[in-house]
Amino acid sequence: MNSKTLFYIFKRILLALLTVWIVITITFFATRAIPGDPFAREGKALPPQALAAMQEKFGLNKPAGEQYVDYLKDIVTELDFGMSLKKDGRSVWSIITDGMEVSIQLGLMAAAVAVVFGVILGSVAALRRNKFLDKIIMVFTTAFVSMPSFIVGTILLLVFSQMLQWFPANGTTWKGLVLPVITLAMYPMAYITRLTRSSMLDVLGQDYIRTARAKGVSAPMVIFGHALKNSLIPVITYLGPMLAYIVTGSLVVEQIFAVPGIGRAFVSSITNRDYPLIMGTTIVLATLIVIMNLISDIMYKVVDPRITLE
Amino acid sequence: MKKKKLLSMHINVDDLIPENKPLTAADFEAASDEEKQYMVQMRPSTTFFKDGVKRLWKNKIAIISFFIIVVVTLTAIILPMFWPYTYDQCLGDYNYYGSRDPSFNNLKPFEYCETERQWQAEGRFVMPHIMGTDDAGRDTFIRVVFGTRISLMVGFFASLIVLVIGMTVGSISGYLGGKVDMIIMRVVDIIYSLPDTLMVILLSATLGAALEGVIKNTLLEDLGVNMISLFVVFALLYWVSMARLIRGQILSLREQEYVLAAKAAGAKSGWVIRKHLIPNCISVIIISTALQIPNAIFTESYLSFLGLGVNAPMPSLGSLASDARYAGNLVANPWPLVFPAIAIALVVLSLNLFGDGLRDAFDPKMKN
Repeated sequence: MNSKTLFYIFKRILLALLTVWIVITITFFATRAIPGDPFAREGKALPPQALAAMQEKFGLNKPAGEQYVDYLKDIVTELDFGMSLKKDGRSVWSIITDGMEVSIQLGLMAAAVAVVFGVILGSVAALRRNKFLDKIIMVFTTAFVSMPSFIVGTILLLVFSQMLQWFPANGTTWKGLVLPVITLAMYPMAYITRLTRSSMLDVLGQDYIRTARAKGVSAPMVIFGHALKNSLIPVITYLGPMLAYIVTGSLVVEQIFAVPGIGRAFVSSITNRDYPLIMGTTIVLATLIVIMNLISDIMYKVVDPRITLE
Repeated sequence: MKKKKLLSMHINVDDLIPENKPLTAADFEAASDEEKQYMVQMRPSTTFFKDGVKRLWKNKIAIISFFIIVVVTLTAIILPMFWPYTYDQCLGDYNYYGSRDPSFNNLKPFEYCETERQWQAEGRFVMPHIMGTDDAGRDTFIRVVFGTRISLMVGFFASLIVLVIGMTVGSISGYLGGKVDMIIMRVVDIIYSLPDTLMVILLSATLGAALEGVIKNTLLEDLGVNMISLFVVFALLYWVSMARLIRGQILSLREQEYVLAAKAAGAKSGWVIRKHLIPNCISVIIISTALQIPNAIFTESYLSFLGLGVNAPMPSLGSLASDARYAGNLVANPWPLVFPAIAIALVVLSLNLFGDGLRDAFDPKMKN
């Protein structure tokens, strides 16, 4: 790694930090833009003392600037995102950490399925270019990217768990995670398949592949030893956006399959208008996405020395 | 770099100068047909647009997709005007006897309820429920048609907003360059690295509440707070990729000779951008706008699922599919889910395939 690469990484980390700070700022001001009291409970009016206590707790009686500084300080120093409004006595951070384990499990499984099957299908399609198998794979991958994940999930749930009863309808057990993983992996898998196919075709036309063939290297060795490694580079750039997709997709998928993760907490916080939870989850998930994009960008530059740095 | 070898030329320059040959009457004779034929071009000249259309026409998938889009769009616009049912009409509410009639609810495709069979026995014409009815006795077919209209509208206007903002910012940034470009591109970088879906959810969830008071009693109220926040979010966040794309195009185009010529002739910046630069990157602009529409439809359906989509009872394809999850027994009657799902897949698929076809026909360079 030369100094140029290090400088790029430094610049990229700076941008990531800036992004996280902007997300926190937007979150803060977006919630404060809501007219009236965002922490008022619908239906029953709080007794004045309780309301005062709530406002004290959330610091609503201070000027906005001071609130903002306090909010930022609490997040950075103590990971304190405040208390949930609807789940009594629970802090936002504890709700997030509770759901974290399941969500990460689900996300990693989906990512693994998407990458492994995507690369395999893409390579197969490239090697059988314009043959029957290639066409079938392309038709399916085109169809999969045209359906929102919540519809795919609902249909899978309806068919495989309610009609055929092969899988349980809630994702609390190992078996229950099969359908959510498939739903979540579908779109990125289709995308990776297309990406691998086109980049594999590109690589197979390169001179060094011809050289390898001319030297008498066996066909599988050409593909796995020479072509695959280089055709995976575009896939690496997609890893960041893919994980971002999986994070946001899991919101919906966890809701459909009743997986007790962060996503479900987030979706119910939107319906309940539980603003501290909305803010906290947005910040945590956004930070996660920014970090993953950062890693994928750096990996991309480090893996392929041919890529010139801006 | 290899050095280019100059070809030696063996042409006698004197032969090219006709001064030594006195002109005769034969030199002024009209050209024969054969000679004229020689001057005619090998094939008729073609414009960039015609050439692209020709290539597009050869792409069967893109043409089929285009016709599907046209048919679906026209149906979505025209059909609700004369169809006997409306999207928000609960058929059971005003029946023959003036009381609520639950037999209209949850009908299967082409099924008639008891009251309707009675009407038919009396000789009245009853329009069949092509896709059945939902749990509130509303005709699913007209709701899907109307939902398609809403989804297409959302996609179209969201893309238009993205196009206008992205084009303005991108062309200014690319044309002016220097400090302005640097500042704009840093802003673009930051917005680009924001996780867009999360920001859309956050802003829709909060903007909705903030906008409610502002738009009360105005024309915008019908549209619903959530849709306006969706458009606002698109205007705030989604223009960046378009701006980047156009900036890149303009950066390379502004070095062309015809731009220099226009400037030398005294053209102002606005003129150069509008008359020379934008027309030359128009194909890139059209293609990415076309591919933005399905993206916006997806975003709207995603928000509908979270309860941040169009206002009920107005349907969008996303809200229909997502409402179907709670309505009635899906195992016994899956049609309220199946039809919107097919419609959304059809619309998005044809828009995507047509967009791909456009790209292949008008800008082969963009194909990856």
